[in-house]
This record gives sequence, C-alpha cells and structure tokens, in this order.
Amino acid sequence: MSNIELIDDNNLKCRFAIFKNANLKLASGEVLKNFNLAFNTFGSLNENKTNAILICHALTGDQYVTGHNPITGKDGWWARMVGPDKPIDTNKFFVICSNVLGGCAGSTGPKEKNESGQDIYGADFPSVTIKDMVNAQSKLMDALQINQLCSVVGGSMGAMQALQWSIDFPDKIKSVIHIAGALKHSAQNIAFHEVGRQAIMNDLNWHKGNYASNNSIPERGLAVARMIAHITYLSDDAMHRKFGRKLQSRDIISFGFDADFQIESYLRYQGRSFVERFDANSYLYLTRAMDYFDHSESFKKTLEFIHNPNEHLKYLVISFTSDWLFPTRENREIVEILNSLSKNVSFLEIETDKGHDSFLLDEPDLDVAIKGFLESNYGNEHE
Amino acid sequence: MLRSKVFLRAIMEMSMNKIQSIRKDWNLIESLIRDNSRVLDIGCGEGDLIQQLEKNLSAKVHGIEKNQELALNAIAKGLSVTHGDAEKDLSQYSNQSFDYVILSQTLQAMVEPKKILSELLRVGSKAIVSFPNFGHWKIRLQLLLKGRMPITEGLPYSWYDTPNIHFFTLKDFQNLCNEMNIVIENSIGLTSKGKQFPINGSLLSANIITSEAIFLLSYKDFEPIKIKSSNKIFVKNSAIVN
Repeated sequence: MSNIELIDDNNLKCRFAIFKNANLKLASGEVLKNFNLAFNTFGSLNENKTNAILICHALTGDQYVTGHNPITGKDGWWARMVGPDKPIDTNKFFVICSNVLGGCAGSTGPKEKNESGQDIYGADFPSVTIKDMVNAQSKLMDALQINQLCSVVGGSMGAMQALQWSIDFPDKIKSVIHIAGALKHSAQNIAFHEVGRQAIMNDLNWHKGNYASNNSIPERGLAVARMIAHITYLSDDAMHRKFGRKLQSRDIISFGFDADFQIESYLRYQGRSFVERFDANSYLYLTRAMDYFDHSESFKKTLEFIHNPNEHLKYLVISFTSDWLFPTRENREIVEILNSLSKNVSFLEIETDKGHDSFLLDEPDLDVAIKGFLESNYGNEHE
Repeated sequence: MLRSKVFLRAIMEMSMNKIQSIRKDWNLIESLIRDNSRVLDIGCGEGDLIQQLEKNLSAKVHGIEKNQELALNAIAKGLSVTHGDAEKDLSQYSNQSFDYVILSQTLQAMVEPKKILSELLRVGSKAIVSFPNFGHWKIRLQLLLKGRMPITEGLPYSWYDTPNIHFFTLKDFQNLCNEMNIVIENSIGLTSKGKQFPINGSLLSANIITSEAIFLLSYKDFEPIKIKSSNKIFVKNSAIVN
C-alpha cells in the first residue's frame, strides 16, 4: 500500500510530501520505492480548487519561489513575479512550487539518504528525466487533492516541465506558460553542460560521486561549472553594458592571473556562492535530465493522438531576443506546431539584451503578459 | 523599430473620425462573418476586432501581430495572438484551418501582396480584405493638381515614412483577383464620409468615390466538406478546395 504523508518543516520553512511504497517508475526503468518532495505553497486554495498554479523551477531553483529563502537568506528566486499584488498574484491564486526530483533543496536526490536510510545516494541515485520530475509533481497534486491546475508556469528547465505536463497530464491542467524553453535541448546546450560536468567530475574531491563518505566537496569543479553556465545565461551586450573591460579594485592591469577585470571577479563570486547552496551531484543529474529532454518528434504526435485530451489547453510561449541558450527560433518551433494544429496559443518575443536570465529579471512586458494571460483566462471562467 | 514607432504615433494621432471609420470597417467585417466561425486576423493590433468577433459571434479567434507592444496588449486581454510577421509566419498554419482570414488595411503594407492573397485563401475558406483605394477622387486630384504624393485622412503618411509600400486602386485589386481566379463574393465601398455602398457593375464611379473597400473573397463559393471522423487530423484538414 502506498502511503502519503504531508508534514511541515519549520526549520527549512517548507513542507514535505513523503511518499512511501509509491514505487515511482522512472523513465530509465528504475523504480524509486520511496521518495520525498519538498514544496511550498502561497495564497489559499479556493473552495472549488480552481485557482491553483504550479510553478516549475529552473536548473538551480528550489521551492522558495517567493518569500524568504532560509538556505540563501535572500528573497525567493521569483519574488518579483510571485506574491500578493505581484503579476502572479497570491491574493487570487494558490501557488505551489516543489523542488524537483533529483534536486538538492529537500526533495529526494543524490544528496539525500538512500532507501536503506544508512548512506547518501551519491552517484548511486538513479538517472532522472524531466518526465520523472513531472510525474512526481503530479503525485504531489493528487496528495494536495487538486484535480486540475489553473496553469503550469516555468522558465528554462521549468519550461521543459511545463511542456511535459501538457504532454503527460493535459487533463490535469488548463493552461501552460512556457518561458524561454525548447522542444529539445540543443547540441550547443548539451555541450555547455558537458563542460560543466567534466569540471565537476575532474575535481579530485568528487570521488566518483561519493564525496559525502569521503568528507569532501568538489567545490572547485562545481564553481567552474557554474561560471561557464552563468556566461550562457547572459548576453554579449548585457555583459558589455554591465562590465565592459572595467578593472576590479585596481587602476592598472597586474600582468598576472588575478581577477583583473570586473567580469572575472563577478564570475568567481558567482561560482563561490553557488557552491554554498548547491550539490555537485545534483548538478550532474539535473543537467543530464535537461540533455535528455527531446520532444521534437513526440510533441506533435501526442497532440494529434485521439486519446490525448488537450482540446481545452491554452498555451502562452514567451522568448527573449538576446537569449542564445533557448533562442526565439527554438521557442517558435513549439508555437508553429500548435498553430499548425489550430491550438489556442499565444506567442510573444520580448526585446531585451539581458539574455536567457531575462525571465528572472525586471522585464515589464513579461509581467504584463503573464498577469493578463492568467487573470483573463481565470476571470472568463469565474464571471 | 523606427518605422513601428512612427506607425504607433500616427495611430495615436489619428482623429476620432478615423477611429470611428475603423469601427465602421469592423462592423462591416463582422456583418460578413457567420456565427461560430474560426477567424484569423492578420495584423490584429491590440485585438479589438477579434475580441468583438469573439463576443458577438462566438467566433474562435486567433491573431497575428508584428508589433511587440500591440501583441502584448492583445495577449494580456487573454486573446490567442502570435507575435510575428504574417508574411513569414502564415506558412505554419494548415490548409483551410480557418473559416475566415481577415486582412484589414494591411495588404498595401505587404512586401508580396500577391503571395499573401493566395496564402489567405490557402489558410482560410474565405478571405476578408479591406484596403484604402488609391483611385479615390481626392487622391487623383491631389496628384493631378499638386503633382506630389497625396496625403489624405485614409493615407496620412509622407512618402518617406509610410508603412504602405504598394498602392493600388479598386480596379487593380479586382484585376488581380481575376488573374488569380479568386471569386469576389461581396464587395462594399465606403466613401470618405463613411457612407456605405455596394461595389458592383458601376466600377468607374465606385473607383472614384470609394475611399476604403472591403472584399469577401474565396476560390469558389463552396462549403467546406467536413467528414465526421474520430481522427482529429482528418477532420481538420479535410476541407476540399477547388
């Protein structure tokens, strides 16, 4: 008998869904007998349970979408978008955000104890995919007794999950907001991830993934992985605007390998601070999950499939002009398929120089689009 | 970018008269459309026309808009709108996936009007095209007397900043339809004062007094044949053309 328990964790300022004997079958064929999901909710669920929105986080996000994050001591990663009177207004909507399967903010992943309860999973954790993450999330919705989500919203890896929701559980959602994602992870993106993974795996402290039992952390490798990834989240123009060739705490170059330039100092800081909050193995597993994401064939076929109840679905796809990680072209592929099948889809390309990270930053048009889309669709049904 | 800003400013500066005439244009368009149709509006702006059609005719609507700000405002109203360039993006829509495709006051701004016209009738069973008539007497008179490119209420731009790159008259349009074997099912003229009249046999006078023309086009006056089937793809693409 499977059994689900929901508990509050006051120290971690989040909730846990503990699934026992759930036998979650993963895409790899392996089975997770038990698993936990760490999650947070904001706002309140209405009587008919029609105002729930699931927000899916990106590669290094967590359940602390808004409010205070006790791990970082900062605001949640999308605090500017989600909250009372924010574009995703928690006065109107009940917002759920869960840490993905394989993550490292409380949900079952390589950092957690394995099923024997004795050792840390480490590299013995089974490979997870975007499909597995979404499958686990849908079990969380069942546990929260929410039959249909008003919307699933996500950017980047979150957009992949949102798309996966529309493929696997179309009847459990009403709309999808897909920001800066793609039907598949491109060769260039896989290449960048591979460089990051190599940096981690070549750190002598990695110990083939079992660094916990060796009391070490592959800090250097993880920091380098983060530095590489961070470059891909920005754009040439934004980097030039923010840093240019400005020097850091000095007037002349050092003729050495110190962080002479502000951009170097900035990247080193990004790398250092990332290590404090993220698990290296988790980084390996989640980047792999993104690499395996590919719906270039299956998306259209699924939509056409007679037994896939997707007629009611509304899609909003948003891209950013300077995003070279998930460029407009790749977002448009989704829109083209939806339009070719006469689906209810809206697409907006926002002009900005802030690169892939735009979805997390101050982009007023993003706010207007998301707020308008959510509230007009919700309002139309509740008049 | 510059052009779209100029274009936006021109829209904002447009007199109430012009806005009323656009509404009149929309009401005429609405009168040509049957209830519960699937409608695509190319250059839908902030989506006011499709919103009107959705509300009054229970139409299933979709729009295409090139300008980011206008597309954003339409999306924020909850309308289904694709931000993009119709001249490139129409190809993504399936054959006969709409009952009507509307091209309101935009044909003259297209790079390849002829190609667009055939695309309209590939994607839609019927096309509704409205455009400013370059054969209107005021324009003829201005060109004749002043010898300069005419500027009127309907065509308020100087030659160097106009989004309108292909000027044509009522007669030119009818000839093109003829050449492309397009059937003109209905055609309505509006005078510069907003008076409405049917354009038919008396082409010479119509071409002089029509300030704006609205055409309902199809390849043939046919009813799309929908074959009941449990297969979704089959239902959607089974309209028979020609």
